[in-house]
Amino acid sequence: MSELAPLPTRKSEAFRYSDIDALAGVWPIAREELLVPTGQSTSLSVVEQGEGAVARHLVIEVEAGAAFDLRILNAGNVFGRIAVEARLGEGASFTLGAAQLGSGPQTLEIVTEVSHDAPNAVSRQVIRSVLGNQATGTYLGKVAVARGSDGTDAEQSVRAMLLDRTATANAKPELEIYADDVKCAHGCAVGELDAMGLFYLQSRGLTPPEAKRLMLQAFIAEAFTGAADEERLTEAALARLEAML
Amino acid sequence: MLTISNLQATVADKPILKGLSLTVNAGEIHAIMGPNGAGKSTLGYTLGGRPGYNVTGGSVDFDGQDLFELEPYERAAAGLFLGFQYPVEIPGVSFVQFLREAANAQRRGRGEEPLSGGEFLKLAKEKAALLRMDMDMLKRPVNVGFSGGEKKRAEMVQMGILDPKFAVLDETDSGLDIDALRIVGEGINAIMRKPNKGVLLITHYQRLLDYVKPDKVHVLAGGRIVKTGGPELALQLEEEGYEAVA
Repeated sequence: MSELAPLPTRKSEAFRYSDIDALAGVWPIAREELLVPTGQSTSLSVVEQGEGAVARHLVIEVEAGAAFDLRILNAGNVFGRIAVEARLGEGASFTLGAAQLGSGPQTLEIVTEVSHDAPNAVSRQVIRSVLGNQATGTYLGKVAVARGSDGTDAEQSVRAMLLDRTATANAKPELEIYADDVKCAHGCAVGELDAMGLFYLQSRGLTPPEAKRLMLQAFIAEAFTGAADEERLTEAALARLEAML
Repeated sequence: MLTISNLQATVADKPILKGLSLTVNAGEIHAIMGPNGAGKSTLGYTLGGRPGYNVTGGSVDFDGQDLFELEPYERAAAGLFLGFQYPVEIPGVSFVQFLREAANAQRRGRGEEPLSGGEFLKLAKEKAALLRMDMDMLKRPVNVGFSGGEKKRAEMVQMGILDPKFAVLDETDSGLDIDALRIVGEGINAIMRKPNKGVLLITHYQRLLDYVKPDKVHVLAGGRIVKTGGPELALQLEEEGYEAVA
């Protein structure tokens, strides 16, 4: 994607569920390039919870035997778009844990393209969205396994929790595989909080918002499990959840 | 302590409780027995305030308060505990975290100081030991991967920690082996057999009543109490069946 590119329309697959008006205010999106050199490990946490519109485009090269751990808390107030392109070398490892939390007329999206360009690379993506009121949360995630990239192990786990019937979750995990010996798993679910679980917690004395917060905390926990700054991310997410309920 | 008067309730517009009345005084344990479909679990859920269980008539006085004026969490803070027939699994939430929040939410509701982390753990250990439950199990997610018997014992550990005034225990004995049945029975006695507390035990079988001696036994059939007696009524039911007795 070039910085000189014209503003996309919703006809473009990667912007199909986007908020084009908000996008116009932050267009063009600067490419942020990261390189993890052979054998090294790096982690990055992206926390977006400001007032304005935000769009980011991370382009990550993970060289042979290197590891990159990316965590995202996407909880901006109007529009938050985080696109991630990751290219994995032989035996590289890529982890993405992301939570999208929205409860207003906001659009949150995570768009990923993970390319397994060489054998034996591992990618794990865990995306959890909690959406209330008029919020829209989208995950478009493509895993591309190139010819000859045998031993690829790719996983996408995508779940969204709708707090209100007026909220929208879009999820499109996508696999494009040109190698024979690969393990690619993807799971996708959109649901509501378990009513019986909420009653159980309330019967023990928790108020309805406390019961919801506890269940949602558990729901998003996996996105940040094992992160270098798990505690900070979890606290920021909890503060946002409390404000939403 | 708990006075149920002419209680009528529906589930999905279908009348289930059709004028149920009974009174449990402080210091008493009552058992409710009855055939399948009589409305036993509906009674428990209606008292607990489960959404979808609609009160269409009658009233329940709990310790001087109109129970149905209270939300489920307010009923808990007022001292009501509902032991579930099928305790709910909540992945990702540990028992310890959940119970500490629940205990402190109840204390807050009563205007009491919250328990510190240390105070809570001490209390939890004591109650887990009472039910012979390994404290490590309480660090696991709520009921996830627990056997039927473990879930029921965990319910009793919760009851011990929350220390309610009144417990409605819905088939707490189902799914228990004979040793666990004794442990749970002794746990109920230790936690609830007190002059200022009361228990309503909903059960299918007489066995639990060998350990937890009821002051009264009620037979619930067709949404009403059709017979009330002493502990001997449970034995008679076991021998002769509901049809013959009630």
